[in-house]
Amino acid sequence: MKRMLSTKSGKQFLITFCAVVAAFVVMQAIAMAGAMSSMLKGQLVPICAYVVMALSLNLTVGILGELSLGHAGFMSVGAFLGTTTAVALQGAVPSPTLRLLCALVVGAVFAGVVGFLVGIPVLRLNGDYLAIVTLAFGEIIKSIFNNLYLGLDSHGFHLSLLDNKLHMEPDGKLIIGGPMGIGGIQKIASFPVGFALIVVCLVIIFNLVNSRAGRAIMALRDNRIAAESVGIPITKYKMMAFVTSAAMAGAAGALFALNFSTIVANKFDFNTSILVLVFVVLGGLGNMLGSIVAAAALTILPEALRQFASYRMLVYAIVLILVMLVRNNPAIQSFFSRFRFGKKGGVQE
Amino acid sequence: MSFLNSLISGISLGSIYAIIALGYTMVYGIAKMLNFAHGDVIMVGAYICFFAVSRFSLPPLLGVLVAVVVCTILGMTIEKLAYAPLRSAPSLAVLITAIGVSYFLQNAALLLWSPNPKVFPDFFKSVGRDGEAHTGLALGPLRISYVTLVTILVCLAIMAALTFFINNGKLGKAMRACSEDKDAARLMGINVNTTISATFAIGSGLAAIAGVLYMSAYPTLVPTTGSMPGIKAFTAAVFGGIGSIPGAFLGGLLLGVIEIFAKAYISTQLSDAVVFAVLIVVLLVKPSGLLGKVIREKV
Repeated sequence: MKRMLSTKSGKQFLITFCAVVAAFVVMQAIAMAGAMSSMLKGQLVPICAYVVMALSLNLTVGILGELSLGHAGFMSVGAFLGTTTAVALQGAVPSPTLRLLCALVVGAVFAGVVGFLVGIPVLRLNGDYLAIVTLAFGEIIKSIFNNLYLGLDSHGFHLSLLDNKLHMEPDGKLIIGGPMGIGGIQKIASFPVGFALIVVCLVIIFNLVNSRAGRAIMALRDNRIAAESVGIPITKYKMMAFVTSAAMAGAAGALFALNFSTIVANKFDFNTSILVLVFVVLGGLGNMLGSIVAAAALTILPEALRQFASYRMLVYAIVLILVMLVRNNPAIQSFFSRFRFGKKGGVQE
Repeated sequence: MSFLNSLISGISLGSIYAIIALGYTMVYGIAKMLNFAHGDVIMVGAYICFFAVSRFSLPPLLGVLVAVVVCTILGMTIEKLAYAPLRSAPSLAVLITAIGVSYFLQNAALLLWSPNPKVFPDFFKSVGRDGEAHTGLALGPLRISYVTLVTILVCLAIMAALTFFINNGKLGKAMRACSEDKDAARLMGINVNTTISATFAIGSGLAAIAGVLYMSAYPTLVPTTGSMPGIKAFTAAVFGGIGSIPGAFLGGLLLGVIEIFAKAYISTQLSDAVVFAVLIVVLLVKPSGLLGKVIREKV
């Protein structure tokens, strides 16, 4: 571990880790002092969920190098199955934190399984075709959850697709109600657990990236043919990164869902996938700290722009376009690269 | 007979997807970018036509023409302001910019034209001698509405014109050259920037026509109207092999037919899932789409 931390990526990890802990401590201190606005307080858990989503997608796009346009699908799986777990355990497990942890684990496991199933066909494709198939899977998952009915009674779970024909006992309780989603959720998600989830994800990603598997994955990203020719099994390592990423998205989904009283499948549509992709690209591919900052900033930005009222999403769109234009402007890039530490003036990577 | 009726409405919906998919596939073929704002250009076209006809009481055909002109200018402006500075940027940066443009168009429409749904006027209604309104032809039990008929004919006409233009026109040849190799095209004296700009212009103009046709079939107009047909048409373009013009046509038609059949025979709610499932199966069997070029990788 010590040897790993002294490398370049190890230093980056330490900086990221310290930044996250510092942000957590500051937030908790503000909350303790009672100086936190109710707007920010309500945003804390969604920020954590989106940060984890951004980390998860950054693993797929930045480290594995494949574009996924259906990440909200995994979030959806985690949200629905995690919430179902939390509702089912309501009587059995009295501690809300323990129930939340169970929900996160179940959400992550199921999203991982779905990620594996989706990965079998998807990872055989390349480039834009892979992207469109992930989009298709995201839409399919959304359609299924929109038409899924799940109930719980003394005999166990009852499942039906399309129609609400569950044949439940009178004591039965409808959990997932098709297009109505899950209602009456107890809001058990908390900021400390969200923070812990971010830390766990960071540690997992750091360990993966600095392992033999991680180096193989990055070799695939940089040159697939060269990697294959030195004997790296492509499918195995792609699958490893993809399933890890899906599981993280599932945990994020469970955390996100348990912060609201109702959750519907349409919340996790193409736009949500795109939103997370925006975090990842703005933060920088493969740059975890960038993803975290971008996710947090862009989740707060639309709320902070409330004073612009109806103009806020327009301003958001313009900011997004301008940031992309400025970041990719060669003149501005070479100007900033002069000030980078440890590099000789003006040399670009 | 219900089978034939479904088939005809499937072909009609597919024709609309095909027209939109042409815009996606041409832009992809030349600029190598996924233009996610394309769906929102459809929406803008539909709004322009709506206001031209219902506010300024222009005849429908003139309304469509105004929509086409506005969308063509819009497409070229977007390309100049947002995409042209990113020619040499990584493709993900261009993708995010396109998403930004899409958000911008949707929210601008929200501010300009309010989120209240507008009911698109029915252009294809004729009043017969008996004073009854006719909306279509009836051939025995077979019913074909005028909208369906016009949509299919317009799509065929566009397809024929575009094929002729790409194969024989000077600009069409320049487009093909640019999509093969931009640097070689530049050496041959082709102005690559103008060609790309023209591609956006044609794609956006087609999007306006598609918008009007789509609205005639499904007449509820809101600022997010364009996104779903946009995604479907994008899927259709990939289905047929992105970058290929006949592929976009075939992909669009098939997607429309599959969608209507899934609605008629499987389930209305799950029709989208069926469409996407078919797409996945096709891509697994033919990873570059139905008519896409197989690119050999050189080591």
